[in-house]
Parts: sequence; C-alpha cells; structure tokens
Amino acid sequence: MNVSMTVNGEVREHDVEPRTLLVHYLREAVGLTGTNVGCDTSSCGACTVLVDGESIKSCTVFAVQADGADVTTIEGLADPATGTMHPMQQAFHENHGLQCGYCTPGMVMAAVSLLEENPSPTEREVREGLEGNLCRCTGYHNIVKAVLAAAKS
Amino acid sequence: MIPAAFDYKRAANAEEAIALLGEHGDEAKLLAGGHSLIPLMKLRLATPSVLVDVGRLTELSYIRDAGDHVAIGALTRHRDLETSDVLKAEAPLLAHAASFVGDPQVRHRGTLGGTLAHGDPASDLPAVVLALDGTLVAQGPGGKQREIAATDFFEGFLETALQPDELLTEIRIPKGTAGGWSFQKFNRRAQDWAIVGVAATKTNVALVNMGSVPVRAAAVEQAIAQGASAKDAAAHAADDLDPPGDLNATPEYRRHLATVLVRRALEEAGRA
Amino acid sequence: MSILGNRVVRKEDPKFLTVGGSYVDDLRLDGALHVTYVRSTMASAAITGIDVSEAQAAPGVVAVFTGADVTLDPMAPGIGFLNQQMVRQWLATDRVRYVGEPVAAIVTETRYQGADAGEMVFVDYDPLPVVVEPEAAAAGEHLLFPEAGSNTAFELAFGRSDNLFDECEVVVRKRIVNQRVAPCPLEVRAAAVQWGDDGRLTVWASTQHAHGVKDEFARRLKIEPDDIRVIAPDVGGGFGAKIGCYPEEVLLGWLSKQVGRPLRWVETRTESMMNLGHGRGQVQLVEIGGNRDGKVTAYRLTVLQDAGAYPNSGAVLPFMTRTMLTGVYDIPKAEFNSRSVVTNTTATVAYRGAGRPEATAAIERGIDLFAAEIGKDPAEVRGLNLVTKDRFPFTTPTGTTYDIGDYEGALELLTEAVGYDELRAEQAKRRAAGDRKQIGIGISVYVEITAGPGMPKEYGSVEVQPDGKVVVKSGSSSHGQGHHTAFSMLVADRLGVDLDDITVLQGDTDTIPRGEGTMGSRSLQAGGVAVARAADQVVERARSIAADLLEANVDDVVLDTTSASFHVTGTPAVSKSWADVVGASDGGLLGAEVDYQGAGPTFPFGAHCVVVELDADTGKVTIERIVAVDDAGRILNPLLADGQVHGGLAQGVAQALLEEVRYDEDGNPITSNLADYAFISSAELPSFERISMETPTPLNELGAKGIGESGTIGSTPAVHNAVCDALLAFGVRHVDMPCTPEKVWRAANGLAPPEREFYIAGPASGTGSVPTPPDGDLDVPAL
Repeated sequence: MNVSMTVNGEVREHDVEPRTLLVHYLREAVGLTGTNVGCDTSSCGACTVLVDGESIKSCTVFAVQADGADVTTIEGLADPATGTMHPMQQAFHENHGLQCGYCTPGMVMAAVSLLEENPSPTEREVREGLEGNLCRCTGYHNIVKAVLAAAKS
Repeated sequence: MIPAAFDYKRAANAEEAIALLGEHGDEAKLLAGGHSLIPLMKLRLATPSVLVDVGRLTELSYIRDAGDHVAIGALTRHRDLETSDVLKAEAPLLAHAASFVGDPQVRHRGTLGGTLAHGDPASDLPAVVLALDGTLVAQGPGGKQREIAATDFFEGFLETALQPDELLTEIRIPKGTAGGWSFQKFNRRAQDWAIVGVAATKTNVALVNMGSVPVRAAAVEQAIAQGASAKDAAAHAADDLDPPGDLNATPEYRRHLATVLVRRALEEAGRA
Repeated sequence: MSILGNRVVRKEDPKFLTVGGSYVDDLRLDGALHVTYVRSTMASAAITGIDVSEAQAAPGVVAVFTGADVTLDPMAPGIGFLNQQMVRQWLATDRVRYVGEPVAAIVTETRYQGADAGEMVFVDYDPLPVVVEPEAAAAGEHLLFPEAGSNTAFELAFGRSDNLFDECEVVVRKRIVNQRVAPCPLEVRAAAVQWGDDGRLTVWASTQHAHGVKDEFARRLKIEPDDIRVIAPDVGGGFGAKIGCYPEEVLLGWLSKQVGRPLRWVETRTESMMNLGHGRGQVQLVEIGGNRDGKVTAYRLTVLQDAGAYPNSGAVLPFMTRTMLTGVYDIPKAEFNSRSVVTNTTATVAYRGAGRPEATAAIERGIDLFAAEIGKDPAEVRGLNLVTKDRFPFTTPTGTTYDIGDYEGALELLTEAVGYDELRAEQAKRRAAGDRKQIGIGISVYVEITAGPGMPKEYGSVEVQPDGKVVVKSGSSSHGQGHHTAFSMLVADRLGVDLDDITVLQGDTDTIPRGEGTMGSRSLQAGGVAVARAADQVVERARSIAADLLEANVDDVVLDTTSASFHVTGTPAVSKSWADVVGASDGGLLGAEVDYQGAGPTFPFGAHCVVVELDADTGKVTIERIVAVDDAGRILNPLLADGQVHGGLAQGVAQALLEEVRYDEDGNPITSNLADYAFISSAELPSFERISMETPTPLNELGAKGIGESGTIGSTPAVHNAVCDALLAFGVRHVDMPCTPEKVWRAANGLAPPEREFYIAGPASGTGSVPTPPDGDLDVPAL
C-alpha cells in the first residue's frame, strides 16, 4: 500500500507491503542507512528515530503506522544549510561518546528526545533515559557525559 | 526478524474498528501502539492475517477529570500518563508507574488500553489499574458499551474479558488514592519486565508477575483491613499464588520477593 | 609541541554522527540476492529427512541448498592442534550438534521472502542424547563425534605433583565457574560476495581481520588468495568474536557461484546469539596454599574449557589462561592443567581478554578466599605477594616473561584514591550493626598479555602524495578503537602534516598487502609502531631529497614539524615543503613500507576497586563506585585510552553481575535475544573513576602496551570480589558469577544450593609430573 511521510523535511512516498517495518522502509525504500538494526526484540535502540519529534524504535513500528508522520533520522539532524552538527552530535564528538558507531545514530536520537522532554537532567536521569539504548563499546560513561554537556550548551 | 504478511485495515473510528473485528473474527488483531503485538509478530509467535489499526483514533486519547473518577481514553500513551497533571493530582500511582514501563521509546508508542487488552501478568500497568479499582469500558457492535471491573477483567494468561468484537475504549480510575500509594518494581535491568512488582494504595495491593494473570494480594488486603502491620500483612503476599519460574527467578524467590516488596510498598503508602 | 599524549578528538566521528557508518548491510550491490540460513531447532539429533519442496516453490525463491548439495570439503578445526576428527559440515547433513546450526540455505530476491521461505523448510530429526555441561562432556558418556573417540578437543598441562601443597599451612580449594557470555557487538555478522568477470571474488565482511578472512576463503573454497579481495567496511564492534571467519560467510562464495549472482547475508540478533562465538566458559578448580602470615607459596589451577559443538579458538583459551596463571603474584610453585571439551552448544571463541580474564578471575578470587581463610585483609595479602618493581623482566613459573611493571605502585594509587581504610571502617560499622544492606569492597590487581602470545608483527606504510597530503596504510583495522586518529597522530607528529591531511586506509586486502588485524590489544604497539617507523623512514628519505633541493649536506637538513617544511639548520627562511620534496622524488611519490616484528608481547597491569551495596532482603547488588588504575605504558591519546577502559569496565560489570548464556537441559538456548540476555545498560552502571598510570615498555619505541582488554580483565574480579566481600557479613565466602539477585539472596540467607564437586574425568593429563608440552609445536593463534 502507499505510504507517504516527511523524512528529514522531504516528503517521501512509496508503495510498500503492510508488514514493512519502518526501519526497513527508511533503509531500503528511502535509502537512508544511518539508522541501524541491532536486535529483534525492541531492546537495543539502534533503530531509534524521531516520529513527530519523539524517539521511537523503528523496528517496532510498521511503515504504514507512520504514514503522514514527520520522521527525523540521524541524517536529518545537522543543519541542512550549513552542515553544522546538532549540539548533541557535537557533544558526542567532543566527549568521545562513540566508538564503533553502530549504536550511535539511535543513541543520539534517543538523547535528543530525552533533552527535549527534560532539558536539564541529572546524571541518573540521563542513565535511566537511555535505558532503551544499548552500547557495547563505550561503557556509556562518555555518552552520559556528552548528553550532560549537550544539556548545558 | 520479519513478521508474516497480513492485510492492513485502518479504522476511521471506533465503530469501524469494531465492524472490522466482527468481519474478520479470530483472524484479526487490533493494532494500537503495537509494542506488545509487533515483537510477537516478528518472532512469528503471532501471525494475524488482518491487522486493524486503531492507532489514529485520537478521540480515544484523553485524560479527563470526570468528577468522582479520572477517565482515560484507551489509546492514551504511557508517556501521556506519565506527564498528566490530572493523574499526578488524582491517581499519582498510575502516572508514576507509567514512567517505569519499558523505556522512553516504548512509552512514546505503547498505550494503556493496549497493555490492558494484552493482559500480560508481567506488565506493570494491569496491576496498577487493578490496585486502583479501575473500571474498563468496552464497546461492542451496535455501539453497545459495557463496564468491566478491573478485578473481573483478567481471566487467564494473555486472556481478558474482552469479546473478539469488542474494543476497549476507556479506563476509569476512582479518585481518592492520592493520599498514600507505592509502586515497587524489581528487575535486572531498567528496561526489563518486573521479576516481581507491587502496586499499592493504603488498602489495595496488586502484584506483577506473580501468576498467570495480574492479581490482587487478597490475603494482604484482608490483613490490612484487620489492622495488621505492614510487615505482618506483607507476610501473606504470596498466599495462594502460583508464581512462574523462569530465567530470572524461581517461584520460591518470587514468593519471597513479593513479601519484601509488599512490605516496602505498604510502608511507603502508609507514610504519606 | 608534540601532539602525542594529547586528548585529540576522533577524525572518524563526523561521518558516524551525521550519516552513520558504512556497515556491510548498508552496501547496495546491484543484482544481489539475499541468503537466509535455516537452522537446527535441536541441540543433538540425527537428521532423517529435509523437505525443501515448499520453500523452493515460495515467492521470490531462486534456490534452496542443503548439505547434500554442497561440494566443498567438510571442515576440520582450523587450528591444527585441535582434535581434527571433530569435523563440521557446511550445512548439517546427518547430524546436528547445537541449536542454530545451519541446515539449509535459501537464496531469494528479497530479505522478507527469505524469512517466509525459511518457515517452509521441514527437517525431520531423531533426537540424540544432549551434552550441555562441560563436566558431562568430560565424563564422556555420550560422544558428540563418535569417530573422535572422545569429547576432548585439546589438553594442556604444566606438570602436576601430589606434593605441591605439602609445605603450606593453609590450602583453600574452590570450584569456580567462569560462565559463558555473549560478546554482543551491536552489529551482528554480515557479509556480501560478488564474483567479478575476471574470476576474482570480492567479499565484504564484518570482521576484525580482513586478511584472515581472505586466507579462510582461499583455503576452504580452494582458490588462489590473489583471486580474492576482502573488504572490511566499518565494523560495528567485534570484541574477539569477529576475529575468525564463520562457515556462513565462506559458504556465500560457493552459493554465489551456483546462482550466478552477488549475494548478501545478514543474520538476525537471535541467530547471532546462537552462532557468533561465545566467550569464557570455564569450570575451574582453584587451589591456593601458603602461610598464615599471608604469603602464598603454591597455586594450582585446573580448567575444564567448554569448546561448544565445533571446537574453535575457544578451545585454545586455556593456553592464554596458563600464560597468565599466577598473575601479579610471586608464587614459587604453580601448576596448570586443562581439558577443552565439546558440548551441544554454540562454539566458544576469543572474547575481550580471551583466556586472560579467566586466569585473573581465578587467582583474584583465590587470593580473596585465601585472605578470608587466614582472616587477613585482602589488600594486605595482595601487597605481601606482588612481584616487586625491581624484579622486571620477571619470568613466571609457567615461563611467561613480563616486560615491566609496578604493581605495588598501582595498588597504592588505588587504595589512596578509593579511601580504602575509610571504606573498611564504614563496612565494619555496618557489619557490627547487622544491617540487611551491607557494603562490599572488591579489589583486583591484574597483569595481562597484549599483542601475544607470539611476537607482535604488523604491516604499515606511509606515502606522501604530490600535494603533500599523506596516505597511511595499516594491516590493523579499527572497529571502534580509533585507529584513524591514533595513526594520524603518529604521522602528524613525525611529518608535521595536519591531521586532516592524513588518510588512513585499512581493511581492504587489495590495498593493504598484509595484515594481522585487530585483536589481543595489539594495534598501537604493533600497527602503530609499523606506521611510526614508516613515517620515520619517509622523513629520512625526504631529508636527503630536501638536501639536494637545498644544495646542502643531508646532515644539516632538518624537518620543522610546526611548519611541515625542510630547511638547513639555522636558515629557516629558505625551506622546502613536502610537496616540493615529493615533486623531486623518483616517480613523484615518497613512501615507505614497514613490516614490523616486535621483540615480544607486553604486559599491561593495574588495580581496580569496586564498591557495592548488597541488599540481603532482595539479593540486589548496586554498584556504588568503580575506581580503576590502569597502566598500558605510554599513552598516545588519553581520550581513546579512557574510552577503551570504560567499555572494558562495563563488560566486566556485566559478566560479574548480569550476563550469562544459558541453555535448558535439552540444549535449547534460553538467552537467545537481548530481551532475555541481560546486556548491561547505562542504568545499571555508575560513572567510572579512572586513574591513569604510565610505565613505558622498553619493548617498543612508543613505550606502548595494549589497553583494549585491561578494563574487562581487571573489573570482572573486582566486582565479583566486592559481592563476595559483602556476603562475608552473612558468613558466605563465594557465589559464582553472574551474581544475580536470586543467587545472592540465596547465599545471604543460607539457601544456596549444595556446592558441586569439581569434576574432570581423571587428571587432565595423567598423573604425576607431566612435562611442559612443546609450546614450540603449538601454533597458537593471536587472540
């Protein structure tokens, strides 16, 4: 069936099977491969994108459910005109909040949503706010630092 | 992990959703936030041939002060429960417990009606609604509505009192529990389901993951009513219960945890 | 001022942060088909029939293959000294040996069609007895490979005597399980293949070692290595489990030939949990003896290593455990015996630390148990037994030579930083009060081997381009460690070129002639030294060209690294740039290649302290503090080093408290996804207190040791010791990892299950004194 949604500010329209998961829609139909799949059970958060400004796990949403929505992926976070990184991206960079990079797009999107809802979180709130995003490389230390730094900036 | 193929029907309103359920019978499943159903479909543990999407029925997403109770639309998301001023004032236990469901992404999609209709004994909010003496409103064909007490709603493992052609539309939470309440969730990791959970008011206690359905701890409530201390009442937390054994806990450990957590819950509820 | 030693943010970050990395599954190969493997649902069974007819007729299916179709030779274990009778089929033919073993391969137009068709392959199984536990495997009642005559894949001994402990006043014995865990890189395994018109095969693989993949493809597919190009694009973590190459990857080459189309394959997380190798998996008998004053004089470790169904690098882990047997302690007498056995489970492989964490866990628990037995403080007992600073290079009883260390210094730094005495005082107060919430203080002092077990070696090259920009090539490749930044720093320091003008190439066997890959914490001390030496050679050549251009004696020409220009000493006004020099060089390119051969592996060390609070009512353990002193020699980039330690610390906590791969008695995995397997999250961890210490190694000019695995090696026993220390308040000295709430609650409340005896059918290698095996004959792979 036909779905249409705004992805990173651009209207995208495709014919998809109803069972197409949003993450596969974004990666295969739209061609934005920044969003990754890390698990089967909505546990890891690698596929996190923003739908209407809120973080969701795109492996647990059908593309048809996002029909008409406004979707932001990691590719849509930097300033489209200047390419300047979003403060969260910048904070991850400066604080070494990423290593292999696989969890990073989802982690950054989850962190953006977290600060949207709680602009000045405590360390504990950041840790709990990222409970749904798994990272195997960083031990989370620098991710938490980055989110706290982004909150201050 | 890819779900099996299905036909997708988007309901324009509650009546249409109910009609579609009637039309497709057992083959159909309602899709709200999808955070219980889609994982099962990806593992192919659920293979409905028709999905009726009620996710866009915004008229069923609301939290209203309705005099003696708070009325909550079945499609209200966990995130909205968590942040609702009405709930924080009138049923803070529900608002608070909602913040422990899954993780933020799950709370942005999952709905109260969805989690109740799924009826998972390991989910947090069914026990909370039970403890709060909630009433569930179901709508059937021809606009027929019926009210089901939460205590009558959960019938078996993942089985509820909802008929196949009924749609859960509203949850009513009586006021008057703001004075003393507690929610205890014991788990391995923050994002996990509870190994055991407790939702308590000053008089009511309900348990998460202590049987095949969300349950009220009747023996505890009876003891409280008779004036027992929190500690003495909590000793009855697992009376007559047959909790499951799994990866994270033996039934014996669950029974023990229930007594500890109920005691803590009663003490916290009593302190308010 | 040199850039070395500074906190330089990573050059590679912007891509990952703005558009995401380019992982294998992000590739778009024209005309590629998808491969889906159908996997065994039984742990041990004879296959009596496979019906693929329905799958063959399913939409989008191009072909379905079973083991009977595959014409490749079956696989004997790739490591030569493992039991060669334990042969594996590409797709199981007559027998399956673990849940998840590939039974059929389906080639479809789309991934979704593959998932559908996979449901339509029907396999008939005749159940066979299941061997889940290594102790059952050692008993040998049921053999996984009857033709092998035994379940033993490998044995290793270092002498065994009946009188080892004769002179000890106190001997403590304990069976300790170092449980099986899942490495869980966030990116699962993925590969793609394409045969070119020229007959060459291109392979894209998510691997730590592209050249190793090339060798494996060549060997198994029987084609010339030159006819294979392997590309490791961005790799989403490996942690040891992606060192080796897996059958599902190699078979793609054969499958692609059959269907005449390029192929893509990516596993699901569930498949990954059952097929990507697992780590650890040792049952240990720790025996430690000494005097009541705290001196340890004899130590024996006996290991039963779970190799899983098809022995792989996991079966060799005991070799590394033996290498690090006595840890940081000066123990005069030591023995080690091990047996690696096959079980109906996923194969074990190297995982962050690979055999060394197991050694450290054993000795560090041993020291605590010994201290508890003699009633002394565990930090004090450690202090009494550490190899002192003046003894390096120090050779251990198992023949390992540690390059340099200062273990006392590390322990002292640690106890000061953590406020050890105050913590013990607080603990004493709580113990005296009989609180249900007790604190535990766990210490571990560790040493480990990096860039071992053989001699470190690596290829590196540096080429200055006509425009003065630099291309660096390394046989070591990053999967998150920050090679691009680290190697660029080394070159920038030597050549004076901007970091941004340096490109690091890696992970492409057509571009990089040789490579040892990234494993065993080797990259900086092997790959980095190779690159640094190549840079030095380039500078030397450049100076002589500059001398010609400047019409000066080469000895008078210097490279000013602040301006990246050459001039004659004392006359900086007349200078030549890199572009000038390259322009004047033969062929317009100036480069150097180095095949570095190191003098020996290095031995990073450190001391960790963990403070936990333990709730005896629920069994919940909460980590209050993690303080880590780690010394990996001279640090090139503290930002990267910190990151490596942090990740390691988290994985240590995860193993100690949460993570365990489990099977039911029928061999069904019950932790086969990330909802069931308790992969640690940010919410279970505190921030870390890291204290850096730098004792440069004399073995390479960078003074660098490895830092990739230290965090895990040190933290796992520190957390474990902390939990057991808290349990002392309840009269309990030990619980096995993971210290889950139920296990801890049972221990604290006298409800622990009866202790099991250590069982290994007969001594690992006969009785009496067994001579040291001829290590020279063991070609132990890098782990």
